[in-house]
Amino acid sequence: MNYFKGTDDYVISPDLRDNVNVAIALGRPLLVKGEPGTGKTLLAHSIAKGLGKKINIWNVKSTTKAREGLYVYDTVQRLNDARFGDNDISDIKQYIKLGKLGESFSADEQVVLLIDEIDKAEIEFPNDLLNELDEMSFYIPETGETIKAMQRPIVIITSNSEKELPDPFLRRCVFHFIDFPGTDLMEEIVKVHYPDIEKKLLREALKKFYWIREFDMLRKKPSTSELIDWLQALTVGGISHKKIEEEIPFIGTLLKKKEDIDLVEKSGKSHYAYNTSTRTRDVY
Amino acid sequence: MFINFFFNLKSKGVPVTMHEWITLHQALASNLNDCSLTKFYHIARAVLVKNELYFDKYDMAFLDTFKDVETTDEMLEKILEGLKKVKELHLTEEEKKQIQQLDLDEVLRNFEEQLRQGHYKNHVGGNKAIGTGGRSTQGAWGYNPAGIRIGQGESRHRSAVQIAEKRSFRNYSSSITLDTRQMKVALSHLRSLLPIGQGERLDVEQTIDATCKNAGEIEFVWENKEKKSSKVLLLMDVGGSMTPYSALVERLFSAASSQISKFRHFYFHNCLYQDLWTDMERNESASTLDLLKSEDPDYKVLIVGDAEMAPSELTWKNGSVDYWYYNDTPGIVWLQRLRDKFKDIIWMNPLPRRSWNYVQSIMMIHQLFPMFELTLDGLDEGVRYLMKGRKDHLNS
Repeated sequence: MNYFKGTDDYVISPDLRDNVNVAIALGRPLLVKGEPGTGKTLLAHSIAKGLGKKINIWNVKSTTKAREGLYVYDTVQRLNDARFGDNDISDIKQYIKLGKLGESFSADEQVVLLIDEIDKAEIEFPNDLLNELDEMSFYIPETGETIKAMQRPIVIITSNSEKELPDPFLRRCVFHFIDFPGTDLMEEIVKVHYPDIEKKLLREALKKFYWIREFDMLRKKPSTSELIDWLQALTVGGISHKKIEEEIPFIGTLLKKKEDIDLVEKSGKSHYAYNTSTRTRDVY
Repeated sequence: MFINFFFNLKSKGVPVTMHEWITLHQALASNLNDCSLTKFYHIARAVLVKNELYFDKYDMAFLDTFKDVETTDEMLEKILEGLKKVKELHLTEEEKKQIQQLDLDEVLRNFEEQLRQGHYKNHVGGNKAIGTGGRSTQGAWGYNPAGIRIGQGESRHRSAVQIAEKRSFRNYSSSITLDTRQMKVALSHLRSLLPIGQGERLDVEQTIDATCKNAGEIEFVWENKEKKSSKVLLLMDVGGSMTPYSALVERLFSAASSQISKFRHFYFHNCLYQDLWTDMERNESASTLDLLKSEDPDYKVLIVGDAEMAPSELTWKNGSVDYWYYNDTPGIVWLQRLRDKFKDIIWMNPLPRRSWNYVQSIMMIHQLFPMFELTLDGLDEGVRYLMKGRKDHLNS
């Protein structure tokens, strides 16, 4: 039986690890949601590494159709071949190209299948995959073949919640919401990337980082990946921890919008005055 | 008792279905929670709840159901140190029967007694005291249906209730935190519910035509289907009593414009009259009448404002709050015209719903438009209303 313990290069919280194992044991897709930059995609890589399995990645785009994940029937190629008589066109099989889902089903060994950013596609997309993910099989009418998974792949699905996912789809998933890491977990995560970072610098930087995140009016809150970039900029630039206390050097690596930078620079030590939610007016 | 959890979740408003409830039982049957309440808390949440907005409600339901579950905590941890070794016990049918006859109260009494006498150290096998793999009524992996199961992992039973008590997801469900991202999700209902055509398709008839003309040389003709998308008109109150909300409103804008392809927005102050402003400082204006005449009636219209003003601003000629502004038609007439023109129209109000019935002007406007709170829930509700079309007026 597969039991995922985590890997060295990926810091995982115990409850996420439990949920991964539940999803594997139940043979259901694990839907991972969370802010950008909380390591949703990396989770699948880590699972594949930890269990020693191959990973298949299906990157979903706004134009992706559910069918493409199963197979594509290249009719145009066949028509062309018919015209020039290059290939034996009676063999339809050579024009059927399996998609990522099809590949994962037909693999001899169990694989990890990552369906990345499922919310990018149209609303019907997840619904079209219901049966395929339930049964882990599909039928190709053109060849009369049924592709059935010999080993149910471990399916990890990530979502940035740009769109709500349909209920019937959600019913079939195990769901995990990656909360934004707290200071302690964040320290661990940073240490995975920069094992030799100076303690004082890290502490001051984290203090500033969480301070910035507390502005609830930011258009885009800095995420883990931005923090990592910022820390690299700080170490490369040789900034001392004392300097971070006074100002925020390289703020451009953390905040990507002009308005956000203005907001942070304008405010004093406390951001009380710039938070709307604390000022919600109670009229009567 | 366990089924209560299901009904508690339902009554708290978490959308749980039988399908998920049975999945949870599958997970429990294969002991994935390892007999720990903390793990159970996380696993049940992963299986039953599919949206972080409901995590807080889940926490409350969990508290309701399990807060009185008795867990013996620190004592057990000491005992567990002695229970590392596992040996399975094979019993004859007769012995099994004997054990089944013991009742729980007796077992509990016995257990407490054993604890007092300090019999818990490194005991394996045996019929009386606590130990592993034995027939005694206490200890892990033993054979006794009435036996007390002492956790086989780490004993963290109590902490699950503590996690739930913390209710750390309160913010996700509370109604006022509206950041751009959440707005986008709510607004994307507008986009997602409309049928969107396919991008590129082979036009078979044209292809046959072209191929024939080409003397049999195949020529493909692709057709581009135009994308249908929603049209949204946003009208926002700026200035005056809306100043504290201008940031919130501005954020709504930035979220809206990226979601919808045909998007128009205007500003007004308190109530709208013959002119609508195209900038927040109210320097540039456009004629309301032109807008009403020229635009299609299938726009989805959102009006954002606190609707809090003097009744005269609505009902009087020249009632506008700006002394330099003259309007020969009362504001309420303009609002009526707007409502008659656009079928799908809602009013979003940043003031809490409970205050609406105390303000004359809000009540008047509420009679004209369906009104929703400018919160995530309210926005969701409003957008859903826009997509569905008319429905009964909400608690007016």
